[in-house]
Parts: sequence; C-alpha cells; structure tokens
Amino acid sequence: MRAVGWIAINVFRESVRDKVLYNLVLFAVLLIGASYLIGQLTAGQDVKIIKDLGLAATSLFGLFIAVFIGIGLVSKEIEKRSIYSLLAKPIERYQLVLGKYAGLVLTLAVNLSVMVGALYVVLGCMAWVEGPLAARAWERPALDPMLLEAVALTFVELAVVTAIAVFFSTFSTPILSAAFTFGLVVAGRFSADLRDFNQVVDSRAAAAVARALYWLLPNLAPYDIRGQVVHGQAVTAGYLALVSAYGLLYTAALLIAAMFIFSRRDFK
Amino acid sequence: MLRHGLPPTVVLITIVAVLLGAAAGLQRVREQRYPPPLITDEAPYIISGQAVRRMAIGYSALAADIYWIRAIQYYGGAKLQLANRLSADGGAQGALPDYQPLYPLLDLTTTLDPRFNIAYRFGAIFLAEPFPGGAGRPDHAIALLEKGLGERPDKWEYMQDIGFVHYWWRHDYRAAAEWFDRASQVPGAPWFLRSLAATTLAEGGDRQSSRIMWASIRESAEIDWLRNEADRRLLQLGAMDEIDELQKAVDRVAGESGSPPNDWQSVFRASSVPVDPSRTPYELEDGRVRLSQKSGLFPLPEEPRRMGSRVP
Repeated sequence: MRAVGWIAINVFRESVRDKVLYNLVLFAVLLIGASYLIGQLTAGQDVKIIKDLGLAATSLFGLFIAVFIGIGLVSKEIEKRSIYSLLAKPIERYQLVLGKYAGLVLTLAVNLSVMVGALYVVLGCMAWVEGPLAARAWERPALDPMLLEAVALTFVELAVVTAIAVFFSTFSTPILSAAFTFGLVVAGRFSADLRDFNQVVDSRAAAAVARALYWLLPNLAPYDIRGQVVHGQAVTAGYLALVSAYGLLYTAALLIAAMFIFSRRDFK
Repeated sequence: MLRHGLPPTVVLITIVAVLLGAAAGLQRVREQRYPPPLITDEAPYIISGQAVRRMAIGYSALAADIYWIRAIQYYGGAKLQLANRLSADGGAQGALPDYQPLYPLLDLTTTLDPRFNIAYRFGAIFLAEPFPGGAGRPDHAIALLEKGLGERPDKWEYMQDIGFVHYWWRHDYRAAAEWFDRASQVPGAPWFLRSLAATTLAEGGDRQSSRIMWASIRESAEIDWLRNEADRRLLQLGAMDEIDELQKAVDRVAGESGSPPNDWQSVFRASSVPVDPSRTPYELEDGRVRLSQKSGLFPLPEEPRRMGSRVP
C-alpha cells in the first residue's frame, strides 16, 4: 500500500507541476464575474443561478480534469518510455495503476474542495450584499449545506469517470481513450433513455440490447441531484448511500479490469 | 536582449497588442462600411424542451437559467422598445414586438427546470396581461401554471394564480372561484382564499377581492418586476376609488347647477386640482372624471363586475 501511496502523491505533485490547479483561478473568475453580471441580467434569482452555475462548473471542470489527465496517466508513461524505469523498481504493475488512479482522485478532491469553498464565499458575499429582506424570498438560504450533497455525488461520479479514463488508458491511445471516455459519460447520462428504449422501438431485439447496455454501461444520471438540492428537495441518506455504493463497485470493476490488462501488456 | 535594448517579452507583447489593435480597427472599419444585420428575430431556435434537455447533457438546470435570463431580457427589451416606439410615433413605423417568443421561452425554462417557481408566476402575470403590457394570452398563462401544478400538485400559489387569471383577465368568476376553492383546500394556504372563493362565486368581481389578490402577489413576489406590477395595480385600484369619490362630488355639483362642470374650480371652488396616486391631475370633461393619458397608471384595467351586472 505504501507504494500505491507514493505513486498517488507523485501524480498529485505532477498535476500541480502541470498547472492543472490553474483551473481554480478560472473557476473563481467565472463565479465572481457571473455573480456581478447575473445581477445585471436577471430580475432576481441571482442566488439560484449562482448555485446552478457553481455546481455545474465544479462538475464540468472536474470532468475535464478526470478525462484529460486520466487518459494520459498510463499511456504517457509508455509514450515517454519512462514505464521501463518505473517497472524496474520494486513495484507491481497493479500498484502502478492503483497509485495513478488514487493520485488523480486526490487531485480531484483538492480541486473540488477549493471550488466548493469559493462557491460558498461568493454565495456568502451575495447574501451579505442582498440582505435579510431579499433572503426571505429565496427558496433556500444562500449558504445551504444541502449543496454539499450534490458535491459529494459529483465527486463519486468523477471517481467513476476517472476509472473509465484509466481503464482505456491501459490499452489505447490518448485520443481514442478520450473519445471512448466521453462517449461513455454521455451514454451514462442518458441511461434513462436506454432503459425506456422499448417504448420507442417495436423490435424486441433492439429493446433487449438497449436494456442490456443499460445494465452494463455506467449509470451516471443518478449522480445529478444539482437541480434537487438547489430547490431544497430532500435527498435521502439511503439514496446517497446506494448511488455511492454503485459508483464504488463500478469503479472497482473497472480498476480490476485495468490492472488485469496492464499486467498482461507487453512493452517490448 | 535585442540589439535596441528592449527585452524580447516586451517586444512580443507590443507586437501582439499592435496586431490585436489593428484587427479591432479593421473590424470597426468593416462594420462602418458593411453594417452587420440587426438580429430582430427573437424566436428561440429550438422550441422542444426535451431536445434542449438532451443537449444539455446533465446540465439542464443551468440551461434553464440561460433561458430564464433570455426570457427576462426579451420581455424587458420588448417592453422598452414598445414604450419608446409608442411615445415617439404611436407605433406607426414598422412591426411592433408582440411578446410571442415569451411563452416558448418560459415553457423551455420550466421544462428544463420544472421547479423554476418564478418562471410560472412571471408567466401568469405577463403572458395574460393584454398588449402592450404583455402577450395578451391568458390561455398560455393558464397552460404554464397547469404545467407547474403537474410538477407540484400541492402548490396553492399556482392554483391561486390560475384563479386570478380567470378572475382578472377572463372575468370568468365561476372558474376563478373553483380554483380559489381548490387552492384554499391545500394545507398551508392562506385564510383569505376561502372567503375569496365564496365572494367570487356569490357576487363575481369586486375591487376588494382584486386588492386582496394583488396584495397577495406583491407579498409573495420573488422579483422586483412582479412586485412593481402589483404595486402599480394596487395604485390603479386606489385611483378607481378616488375617481368614484370625485365623480360623486361632480354629480352633486351638476345636480345643483343643472349643467355638468368642465373644470375642477367649479367643483371644489379652489385652485387645487385633484391628482392620482402617480401625482398626475385627474381630467374632468362634460361632468365625467377620467384618468389622464399622461398618467403612469393609464390605462385603468377593466372594472371587475358583479355577476348580476355582467355585460352580455
């Protein structure tokens, strides 16, 4: 486990060196700029829109980091031929895959935490500027802890997406890995359409294939509770636990497959 | 360092700045010689909410916000354009904005975010209001509110708003009373809905009921526009009360003198002229008291009528 930990820390350091965390500056500028602009553009609803924008941006920025860093985690080592010196060290191949994955998840966790902190700061400023009278008309308070539920599920979703990217990165080129990962993310977010495919086609075979894909592909739609929490709709602990457990199992399956493929790869 | 002594970074930044400045200058010249066409078609490109929801790939709440901003911007822009045009040439030149895109924009907003409360309530007021204040489509207002009720069947505010559209714009007091009654049965609904339902069913419209409804809208308004509209309507109701009082005084003078007065001096025997709540003097002509067309409260709404005196 120590080897995995060291690899993970190195991946995190590398992402800092690669200026991945610069996206946080962009996020802060986006939120601060939007909070000013939205005040000019809309007749009220600024806090709701900032919450929507903040949560969507955390998810979108995280998605780009998970995909574009994830697809290069293993393939970059192979491309640069640094894989030989790595494998010469006393580490197993599976530890390399696990460490790389854990490092990127750590990067995402830090990234997400800072973004959520910035979102709360902007919301706090808005609440302070608008005053308690305006706050009475809001569906939920500006500094609503319920937002954290949406962020938590976004994190689990990003962990699944990272696992998908790492999985493809063990046997494919970066460009193809990016295409496959984005394809699966989009398909995963339309999972309800796959489930109900039998309502739009007459063919039983097509409906069966769609149904099989529904169970096989990652189901990412349930991770989107952003709209619910912004409107203050309760999300039960049971739901959060089930969706998180699904993500954990799916991630484990992908990582095991990735480790298996990587351990059998011939680098000669 | 280059031969002339300037650091390469400064030279590079200068070159980039000069090139960008030159490009902006060229764009300016091009726009002066070949002015870009004005975008006059405000209709949304896609009117299927489901299609937009799919294209949003999980970010439909954000897409709803964008359509909400567009709806607000469209309504504000159209209203301003109309006010300018109507005051400048009476709307004689060219086509006037007709608020037709407002319903599809609000429909898209509420499909993308079915709990976007303010979009339903905004639609209830400004879709139903007649042109030039709104789209003049109470049917669209009701359709939007019923869509909201489909998502939140316990939302008594939407039921009250549907009843309000029937009451204020359609003068269908029976339908209004039904909706007020339905709203009053929802747990947490305010007490006045029950008496409003009874009054509307028994007597039809009256000013007091109208006042209660606008005050309720004002109380629960989440945005300034709705609050301002409710304030304006409440002032109009106040002006209607004042006109009634003034008319009584004018009728009394007309009865005593035998001819209808044409100026306020002959009514009040003083130099003061009565003004409406927007501080514009009331007009008096042939014994009839009227709100001035210059008043910010003009035109007054059609008076809610009692059921027995309904004009066929």
